[in-house]
Amino acid sequence: MDFIELDGVEKVFDVHRKVGRLRREKYQVRAVDGISFTVPRGEMVGYIGPNGAGKSTTIKMLTGILTPSGGRLRVAGIDPSRERTRLAQRIGVVFGQRTTLWWDLPLRDSYRLMHRMYRIPDATFRQNLDRCVELLDLAELLDVPVRQLSLGQRMRGDIAAALLHDPEVLYLDEPTIGLDVISKAKVRGFLRDLNAERGTTVLLTTHDLTDIEQLCKRVMVIDHGRLMYDGPLAGLHEVGESERTLVVDLERELPPIEIGSARTLKVEGPRQWLAFPASVSAAPLVAALAERYPLVDLSVREPDIEAVIAKMYAERSAGPLA
Amino acid sequence: MRLYAVVAAGGFRRYATYRVATAAGVFTNTVFGFILAYTYIALWDERPQLGGYDQSEALTYVWLGQALLMTCAMMGGGFEDELIERIRTGDIAIDLYRPADLQLWWLAGDLGRAAFHLLGRGIVPMVFGALAFDLALPASPWTWAAFLLSVALGVVVSFAVRFLVSLSAFWLMDGAGVMQMCWLAGLFFSGMLLPLSLFPGLLGEVARALPWSSLLQVPADVFLGKHTGWDLLQVYAFQGGWALALLAAGRMLQTVATRRVVVQGG
Amino acid sequence: MADALRAYGLIVAMWVRSTMAYRASFAMTTLGNFAATAFDFVAILLMFSHVDALGGYSLPEIAFLYGTTSTAFGLADLVMGSMDRLGRRVRDGTLDTLLVRPVPVLAQVAADRFALRRLGRVTQGLLVLAYALWTLDVEWTAAKAAMVPLMLLCGGAIFASVFVAGGAFQFFAQDAAEVQSSFTYGGNTLLQYPPSIFAKDLVRGVTFVVPLAFVNWMPSLYVLGREDPLGLPDWFALLPPVVAAGCLGLAGLAWRVGLRSYRSTGS
Repeated sequence: MDFIELDGVEKVFDVHRKVGRLRREKYQVRAVDGISFTVPRGEMVGYIGPNGAGKSTTIKMLTGILTPSGGRLRVAGIDPSRERTRLAQRIGVVFGQRTTLWWDLPLRDSYRLMHRMYRIPDATFRQNLDRCVELLDLAELLDVPVRQLSLGQRMRGDIAAALLHDPEVLYLDEPTIGLDVISKAKVRGFLRDLNAERGTTVLLTTHDLTDIEQLCKRVMVIDHGRLMYDGPLAGLHEVGESERTLVVDLERELPPIEIGSARTLKVEGPRQWLAFPASVSAAPLVAALAERYPLVDLSVREPDIEAVIAKMYAERSAGPLA
Repeated sequence: MRLYAVVAAGGFRRYATYRVATAAGVFTNTVFGFILAYTYIALWDERPQLGGYDQSEALTYVWLGQALLMTCAMMGGGFEDELIERIRTGDIAIDLYRPADLQLWWLAGDLGRAAFHLLGRGIVPMVFGALAFDLALPASPWTWAAFLLSVALGVVVSFAVRFLVSLSAFWLMDGAGVMQMCWLAGLFFSGMLLPLSLFPGLLGEVARALPWSSLLQVPADVFLGKHTGWDLLQVYAFQGGWALALLAAGRMLQTVATRRVVVQGG
Repeated sequence: MADALRAYGLIVAMWVRSTMAYRASFAMTTLGNFAATAFDFVAILLMFSHVDALGGYSLPEIAFLYGTTSTAFGLADLVMGSMDRLGRRVRDGTLDTLLVRPVPVLAQVAADRFALRRLGRVTQGLLVLAYALWTLDVEWTAAKAAMVPLMLLCGGAIFASVFVAGGAFQFFAQDAAEVQSSFTYGGNTLLQYPPSIFAKDLVRGVTFVVPLAFVNWMPSLYVLGREDPLGLPDWFALLPPVVAAGCLGLAGLAWRVGLRSYRSTGS
């Protein structure tokens, strides 16, 4: 039996729209429109899609916050919406932009509350806290009131808070949004270890493809409430025919670079932009470039999710339906 | 000048967007109006002509209080929380570099708010009051106009007090306590709980001379036609005098505070 | 239920610690809370500087009404006063963070921002009640004496259920927190005065529709030996426990309906 099971799950909202000054019209929005997937225990899955695609709605149904309008949903064999509080003991949730920590109190006090609220055995609590403090670099923050923490520090604090009770699954809603590069790296490293060492199942939503690239072997793309793709990240790039961009700074102005499968997007003085398929490694391209052109600097830009999905759409409507 | 008109319009619109909240507020004002009206009836049944009002004038006073409670921000509810927050977080430094005067900027916004509250929260409870009780409504349009002017002056006085108190946040870590004291004073000395003419002896004289009487007692008396001719000019002078004095005090404190921000670098 | 109380206690303890981080501010706001409510009573004292009785009730009698309702309301406000923040939590989405914890949401919402300063109101109510008991000209019997703590307890429970019902209402209208004030603060103001001064329909309304009359009016009529303006029988004075239990039950039901609606609409 899989740990997370969704079978034709739907969520329909009634929305009231104003028509004219006083009249209101009711119509329905299918935020999640028949989604089915399973996640085995111990897997780490990325759940991506544009804003309003239904990501958060799915997470809210998985955690029992929202009741599905249709379909079947089980987490660890439990129906989340019926047994929300029982499930709560077994899951951890981190909402990227909403902290669960106590604003005016030191971080330590929030953890003390979790300890009691989740009825965590003392030894387990101490062990988990020590581990989180060490790996998330929280030692110096424990006695600082939460309001004085930076966004990145607070996110680390929130992740620790969600893990003290040994959850079997961790849901993260945009865990790296608004974080600086160093904090992002710390968070990602921690999640990777957590998944590898403890076998915690992780499901994360994100806007940042780098999160997925560094963490998840499997990715699901949702748009307009439907599952558009479910498979490895590399495959997504193939399906979406997405391209990465190589920004090349040359010593001097030169005519557009011609090399391998890359095509030149733009030339601006000594700087040129090259596009190449995301499924191809950048290394041979860079090597070839270095051999034939006077390079000053190089950087690779990842395709963003919106672009990948837009391409997927174009593909589907153009070609025959599979 | 146009800038401040835009700010005022913004203040108006900002409150106008919360329709459900406005309806909820009107409901609450009306409920309180009814409760107070019955206590006043009981009081004036015992002592007709108490404080120089007959019963219908006293009832009018009750409903005016409900209509002006939000307009003159007697219990707060205007800009002050936001201003204190901006001072606390240091965002105030941005405001100081705006090509607009800090005090006038907030005054314009508060006048816009007051205009909305007069229309949105004032009229409906007054209509309910007039339907349920026999109120002493002015017959002459001039009295209505005189009343509106007095309310406008009351709003400025109320603003000036709250601005002054908000600035204390520059020196105090937590402005909430002082602000609360200020609201309490407003509630008590505006005549919201009981007309100031019913306050005995020295307490009454002091209460009537304090700026807060401009918020309700004075406009209500103008509405009831207790001030006419010279007397009316005198009460305008009283309100205007307090408004000017308090605005000037606020300005002075603002200068000191600004210097402090500049010196400390925010 | 035990779970809910335990969680409530845990969260309240956190807020108290949080409050104590700003002691000066706490002292000032508690004093403010005390003074704000005291002004209410000062207004009544000022009224009595002009009259000897209001609606046929003397000052000690009105002080008795005032003290009982203010203390009962103060207790409910202390315990449940944060319910009016629910609408804000629904709007900004932070209610979701409470829904993923293994304890009842109602306990978490009620304990949210628990404000110890509200003791100011309770203290003020108790002081006025003490003054009333000191000055009242009543022949105390065991039954009458028992009515006083009963009123505070049942009255507190009735007001608490109004807070809960008001919170449930905010699931449907997030900006309507002020409607609740009509019944809580408004109800408290109403009950500070004798029922004899209000229109009969209003008294009927707060007896049979929103049964605030059972907070203190009904039992006080018995204690003070007064006629009921609606001519209701004496045994109505014994009903507060029944009414309080009924109110709590209904409020709990309203809460469940509200929460269920939130979980199906997400707004």
